[in-house]
Amino acid sequence: MDVHELTAGYALDALEPAERGRYEEHLSSCERCREELERFWSVSGALARAAGGPPPPASLRERILAQARSERPSVVPLRRRAALPALSALAAAAAGVAIGIGFWAASVSGDLDDAREALAVLGDPGARAFPTEGGEARLVVTPAGDAALVVRTLPAAPEGKDYEIWVFEDDVPRPAGLFDEPGVALLSRPVASGQTVAVTLEREGGVDAPTGQPLFTARA
Amino acid sequence: MDGRCSAAPRDRFARQGTEPFGADGRTRVVRTSVLASRPLGSLQEPMRGRALAHLSDEALVALVARSDESALAELYDRLGGTAYGLAYRVLRDEALAEDAVQDAFLGLWRSADSFVPERAKASTWLLTLVHRRAVDVVRREQRRRTEPLEAAPEPAEGSAEEAAWLRLERERVQAALAQLPDQQREAIELAYYGGYTQTELAERLGQPLGTIKSRMFAGLTRLRELLEERTERNSWTFTS
Repeated sequence: MDVHELTAGYALDALEPAERGRYEEHLSSCERCREELERFWSVSGALARAAGGPPPPASLRERILAQARSERPSVVPLRRRAALPALSALAAAAAGVAIGIGFWAASVSGDLDDAREALAVLGDPGARAFPTEGGEARLVVTPAGDAALVVRTLPAAPEGKDYEIWVFEDDVPRPAGLFDEPGVALLSRPVASGQTVAVTLEREGGVDAPTGQPLFTARA
Repeated sequence: MDGRCSAAPRDRFARQGTEPFGADGRTRVVRTSVLASRPLGSLQEPMRGRALAHLSDEALVALVARSDESALAELYDRLGGTAYGLAYRVLRDEALAEDAVQDAFLGLWRSADSFVPERAKASTWLLTLVHRRAVDVVRREQRRRTEPLEAAPEPAEGSAEEAAWLRLERERVQAALAQLPDQQREAIELAYYGGYTQTELAERLGQPLGTIKSRMFAGLTRLRELLEERTERNSWTFTS
């Protein structure tokens, strides 16, 4: 039975984990399956609404809202623990995996949430990843120049310090954002081909001009 | 790079966490603690709540993507009961069901910007999140109930209109399920409400895996035909 025929099992969440992954990978390149999945999802959605079940306790609403309130807004570009999944996401992007239904479907697995969010930032199919010198990180730049830095291994910034990103414009480093631990940081400045991006350790809150040695650099 | 970066001009400015991305080349601080401490509009307007009642689920998801807490609350008011009922039906445990619903709504909160409205209704998306959480837990906890799910519990409470619609919807789906050949219905119910994988079902039912897959495929296809007429409706939105 070929992978197309996993659509029903996928819509019912009845695939084994490995199959699920294989199918989601397949979805990204198979419009036929995406369309079929949409149709089947409308059925599983009906099954969901027909599940019945008792009402939730009144406390659940406030618990969810309180937790949401305490979390970063979803627009925040820096993600904890996102670095490693983001790198595999980059590999996926490099392989031409498109963002779409398979993508958010994949995100329902808890351990893929961070990868999905990283992909939301890095998901441009035309984005290119550049290695860094001096650190385990990647600079990702979309054709439009939007850029993100995926930092895989870096100690958390010491108390009172932040990592600051710089984009060199005519050899002048311009501040392009702060982060304090490995993750994905969206740069606040566009990055053009040939431009250099660097990261230094600065005092908390950032500085106007770099004061320290670059920890790593990348050239777009 | 020659080691030390060259000097920058002194045209700097106070950094703000809320500046738009790339606005006239200014630096946006991306440190999460800065943004997280930014007061959310919704927190300053706790009474907004039902003021969003006219919006579609999809519009609410768009607001949630902008961290609008009142939009999240509105979505919960619309879908929380159904979500919990689904999670409970799969998990048969109140605490685990609550966790699954919470995980799904917080997943929505964190990732609403990835929702693709052309692909599915927002409510289906959310319920898919809930279901995936629930079956993942039920498999991990090895707590599946083996009996087929016959008598559905009472529907979640809500407004009278919603309760009535949910009851009708449940009856409609049950009627459609009843029209399926027994083996197809069994495969779909055990998979969707019982949390069994295809492989587990093949073992449990003593059938080849391909047979189980075929039953699911045929069953869903037939169910869709039976439900198609009104599947695109739901009780909360009137999208064109």
